[in-house]
Amino acid sequence: MPSQRDDSIAHDTVAPVHIAVDRAHASQPAGPIKIRARDVNVFYGDKQALFDVSLDVPENSVTALIGPSGCGKSTFLRSINRMNDTIPGCKVTGRIELDGEDVNDRSIDPVVLRARVGMVFQKPNPFPKTIFENVAYGPRIHGIATGKAELEEIVERSLKRAGLWAEVADRLHQPGTGLSGGQQQRLVIARAIAVSPEVILMDEPCSALDPIATARIEELIDELRNQYCIVIVTHSMAQAARVSQKTAFFHLGKLVEAGPTGEIFTNPRDSRTQDYITGRFG
Amino acid sequence: MLIWIALTALLLFSAATYMAARRKAVAATGGKPVLLHSLPGYYGSYAALWVGAPAALLILLFAMFGGRMEAALLRADPPAAVQALTAPQQDVFFDDARAIAHGGQPSETIYDGDLKTALDAKAAKSAHLQNLIQYGSVALGALLALAGIMIAYPRIGPQFRARNKVEGWIAGLFIACSVTAILTTAGIVASLVWESWRFFQAVPIHEFLFGLEWNPQIAMRADQYAGTGAFGAVPLFVGTFLIMMIAMLVAAPIGLYSAIYLSEYASPLTRSVVKPLLEILAGVPTVVYGFFAALTVGPIFRSFFNWIGAQLVGGSFDGLGQYLMQVQNQMALVAGAVMGIMLIPFVSSLSDDIINAVPQSLRDGSLAMGATRSETVKKVVLPAALPGIMAALLLAVSRAVGETMIVTMAAGLQAKTTLNPLDTVTTVTVQIVTLLTGDQEFDSPKTLSAFGLGLTLFVVTLMLNIIALRIVQKYREQYD
Repeated sequence: MPSQRDDSIAHDTVAPVHIAVDRAHASQPAGPIKIRARDVNVFYGDKQALFDVSLDVPENSVTALIGPSGCGKSTFLRSINRMNDTIPGCKVTGRIELDGEDVNDRSIDPVVLRARVGMVFQKPNPFPKTIFENVAYGPRIHGIATGKAELEEIVERSLKRAGLWAEVADRLHQPGTGLSGGQQQRLVIARAIAVSPEVILMDEPCSALDPIATARIEELIDELRNQYCIVIVTHSMAQAARVSQKTAFFHLGKLVEAGPTGEIFTNPRDSRTQDYITGRFG
Repeated sequence: MLIWIALTALLLFSAATYMAARRKAVAATGGKPVLLHSLPGYYGSYAALWVGAPAALLILLFAMFGGRMEAALLRADPPAAVQALTAPQQDVFFDDARAIAHGGQPSETIYDGDLKTALDAKAAKSAHLQNLIQYGSVALGALLALAGIMIAYPRIGPQFRARNKVEGWIAGLFIACSVTAILTTAGIVASLVWESWRFFQAVPIHEFLFGLEWNPQIAMRADQYAGTGAFGAVPLFVGTFLIMMIAMLVAAPIGLYSAIYLSEYASPLTRSVVKPLLEILAGVPTVVYGFFAALTVGPIFRSFFNWIGAQLVGGSFDGLGQYLMQVQNQMALVAGAVMGIMLIPFVSSLSDDIINAVPQSLRDGSLAMGATRSETVKKVVLPAALPGIMAALLLAVSRAVGETMIVTMAAGLQAKTTLNPLDTVTTVTVQIVTLLTGDQEFDSPKTLSAFGLGLTLFVVTLMLNIIALRIVQKYREQYD
């Protein structure tokens, strides 16, 4: 597994000033940049939560955002699919490009954007509907399926990809809230991938789960990275090291350091990163 | 007067006990209050409660029921001359004796001979009894206060758990208050059931519940009509139901949609303005709604329908036109519509609470899927809030069924079994009002029927409330 990860470690083509280009991996195939954030500032009313964050997120890989609570990593995540729009008094400046298009541009419809950028939350939040209806929710509102058969196919495919099909195939029409925590989180992932997003944002997806369910989700994340660009916020250093190819360390609203996961964990450039990953604070 | 002096003295005595007990507790530790089990104030409160509470309760009880005790004692051994009187005359006699004794206004009955002597004797006895009861109660109170200090004061010491004991007294106070509320409710229900039972002696219950004719006036002339046919309450139930339906047709959508607007769309600023404005509606007295319905909405509706009627007369809908021309001010539609407006803030503020209780994570989940706000509301928030909203609507229904003032002023008095909203109908509450206003004799089925109606109403609204609360409870368990 680790060798596999090393192959796909992203190469920072346009690295923020304080991050040196990773020459060691220059010869390896670099994934194209999917999300390019430049000088992103986020304000909640008068309080500034993010300061000039610039980060590149490569395609077909997992990027982990780590840092102590309140450091702005979730805020950054939520500004990628403009979920911050739903918070009154929240203002975002700077550019966040998805495939070269600024997501904050007037021409971008946040509703369409969110169909392209799926999101999984900290606490599993299945809707109070059946398992089938939960997964069919996105395809229905976006009119993706043309008929019942196609809808059923999408649901089955999504559940299979989320590794939940075998467990729920015989009870698709029971409430999704009746599943266990880990199953609910996989159901929510199935719901997110049912609309074929390009990016999946995960905000501490395992923080409410036990170790076994966590292992299952991590396995799933690793499988999904072949098809999607995944950004995951996590408090678990071990999890970041296990699932991600690129890691970005946030502290007090600033991006301190970003680079290939292996390097961040073995050879961090900034002393704050060093302190955090070795558990000296946070 | 005496009772106020006694209570003041008791208060002062309690205060003194408080100080003394507090000082004793502190002194027992040699001036180091840290060594006490409880704060010094608790020792004071404990002793003061023992001194003040039972005595005050006793004096208040005597003040409340002393008059009745006196009256009962006064009648204990009536002289022969009084025994000869009829029961109502005896009542007047004793009332007069008490009135003379307490400086009241006796009736104009002329007493002479033996009766006059007996009256004077009884008046003197009444004054004597009153004094006895008053001074007796104060003396008993003083004894209780002394007993209290004898019990409490010796217990004061560093090891004594005064804090826990005071807690017990306070718990007792709260229990007493809630018991009062429960007992009052039980009393009301008991009186309803008792009087209804008397009513159902006169009118069989099935005729009351299923009879189609409501005419309590005619039933008074018992020699002409049997009381039976005239006490069929179905027209009242139908009228109540009709007005309730109209009210809910107005209140449910408007209230629910304004709740959705407030909780899902309005900015915090708008919400802080709109919500209080909506709640002002809830503060309007129902009698104001009543004359708004009767004097403003009624005539507007009538002229509107009359105008439509005038357009239709002579055309292919001539019959309908003729009917509309004759519509009156008082109709179910007016009462129902105005009642609906009254219920809007009720429905909206309950639904608002319920919609707000839907976890934000569900909204985020839906929005993050690329759903719009209205799709999120329609497909996620409302289904999740549905049980609670149903409960809110049921509570609104029970308010609508029990509402009195608006229907009294705007719906009319004619008991008709009709579902035509333009007709005048009457409701259960309106009939209760008309049956019980003015002088009533309490042994006629006419008056007693009000209790039958009241009991029916009580049972219906009680069921609605129970069902609504059950739904809300179930719903809460789902998300906690």
